[in-house]
Amino acid sequence: MDYEVKLEIFEGPLDLLLHLIHKNEVDIFDIPISTITEQYLAYLEMMKALNMSVAGDFLVMASTLVHIKSKMLLPCSDEEGEEEDPRNEITRPLLEYMRIKEVAQELSEREILGRDVFPRQDVSWYDAEPETEGPSLDISLFQLIDAFRRIIEKSQSGAMMLTFRHERWSIKEKARLILSLLKERKEMLFDEIFSEDREVPEFIVTFLALLELVHIGVVKVFQASCHTSDIRLVANFEVDGTEELGEDLTL
Amino acid sequence: MVPIMEKPLELIIEALLFASSKPLSVQEIHRCLPDVPAPDIRAALTGLQTTYDAMERSICLKEVAEGYQIRTRSAYAPYVLRMLRSSPSRLSRAALETLAIIAYKQPIIRQEIEQFRGVDAGGILRTLLEKDLIRIMGRKTIPGRPLIYGTTKKFLEVFDLKDLESLPKLKELKDFGSGDEAAVHLPEEDGQVERFKENETRSGPEEQRLPFPKDREGPTA
Repeated sequence: MDYEVKLEIFEGPLDLLLHLIHKNEVDIFDIPISTITEQYLAYLEMMKALNMSVAGDFLVMASTLVHIKSKMLLPCSDEEGEEEDPRNEITRPLLEYMRIKEVAQELSEREILGRDVFPRQDVSWYDAEPETEGPSLDISLFQLIDAFRRIIEKSQSGAMMLTFRHERWSIKEKARLILSLLKERKEMLFDEIFSEDREVPEFIVTFLALLELVHIGVVKVFQASCHTSDIRLVANFEVDGTEELGEDLTL
Repeated sequence: MVPIMEKPLELIIEALLFASSKPLSVQEIHRCLPDVPAPDIRAALTGLQTTYDAMERSICLKEVAEGYQIRTRSAYAPYVLRMLRSSPSRLSRAALETLAIIAYKQPIIRQEIEQFRGVDAGGILRTLLEKDLIRIMGRKTIPGRPLIYGTTKKFLEVFDLKDLESLPKLKELKDFGSGDEAAVHLPEEDGQVERFKENETRSGPEEQRLPFPKDREGPTA
């Protein structure tokens, strides 16, 4: 029976190279390219033998190493003498990578929130009055999608079935609806724009319409810093101008 | 309106900081106390910090993400974690390196990020986005219109940073040079082994290095 071993020791070719350089205790600015290439290739063989998937990135580095090695063997053809060391091709990225590894290590040694230090927990048992002027965060697409998923889940228990027949709702129409609601209220909750929707495709069209309105900048979406709090939509237009805005939608 | 200055300024600010679930900036405090000039607020915050340090309590006042927040001291982490019934949040080494690349090189596109580590970054970028440590800043106006990545305010909060300027300094490339200790002793080595021990309790240190065929013969040139 096949035995698959999965080791995540070397993330990538640069990790492997650094490991070899360290193991051989060589100077990064004077890499013995022949030794390192030989050992690098032996490692790839070993990884294949161990059934580890050798990603293409490893092979690219292998060919780079062999190429450098062959360049080093050729006599310096340049009449002017001072030719660039072919090894720079790997020295430079290696140094950059070492630099990043070092600061990554430094970052991990800081007093990390949720590991070493803790703030007070979010007090979410009371709902503060939403205030338009108050501190609010622009929210990310992921938060919007999460909220949308919750709406869908609420609307139907059980598996989600998507059947698209002919188009019964248009984004333009839904966008106008959202705009007209916002025209009356100036501000509303994310969930409210879906209050009339009945079917999944309809929810989706409404959601797309909202994204489009945010995209063209007539609606702003906010969520207070707490991730479970309500998402609020705020009109970002003068109340009189909505008719034209509706027409401007390029849909 | 409550006559605001009936109480000592430091204590008023302490109350605000205590009641807030996120770091409060000087401007935010100033908005609550419009009569108090910003320099006075700053002085009171420094005063509070000193007081907390002098008291040697388990909490302290930290300046993070361009604001101030009351936090527990790291020595009490094990107890707090027990109360929260959670294990400390961790990032993999690869995720941490990717995050470091973005923090130092932002704004940066995926292709540039991948050049640094020499491996695909798609999965890690997704994780970092989900953890709200990085954000999409826009699209670069080059063919393919790739997404541009940068770090978030949350990143500063999580890594105890005042602002991006207070990131630890990058070492000069030449400092890794020959004759230098760094040439033979790679800076990441110690931490790397240590972290392996923490994360993967099942694999002992001897498993971390593949048996290399030339090991016993010594390097051949």
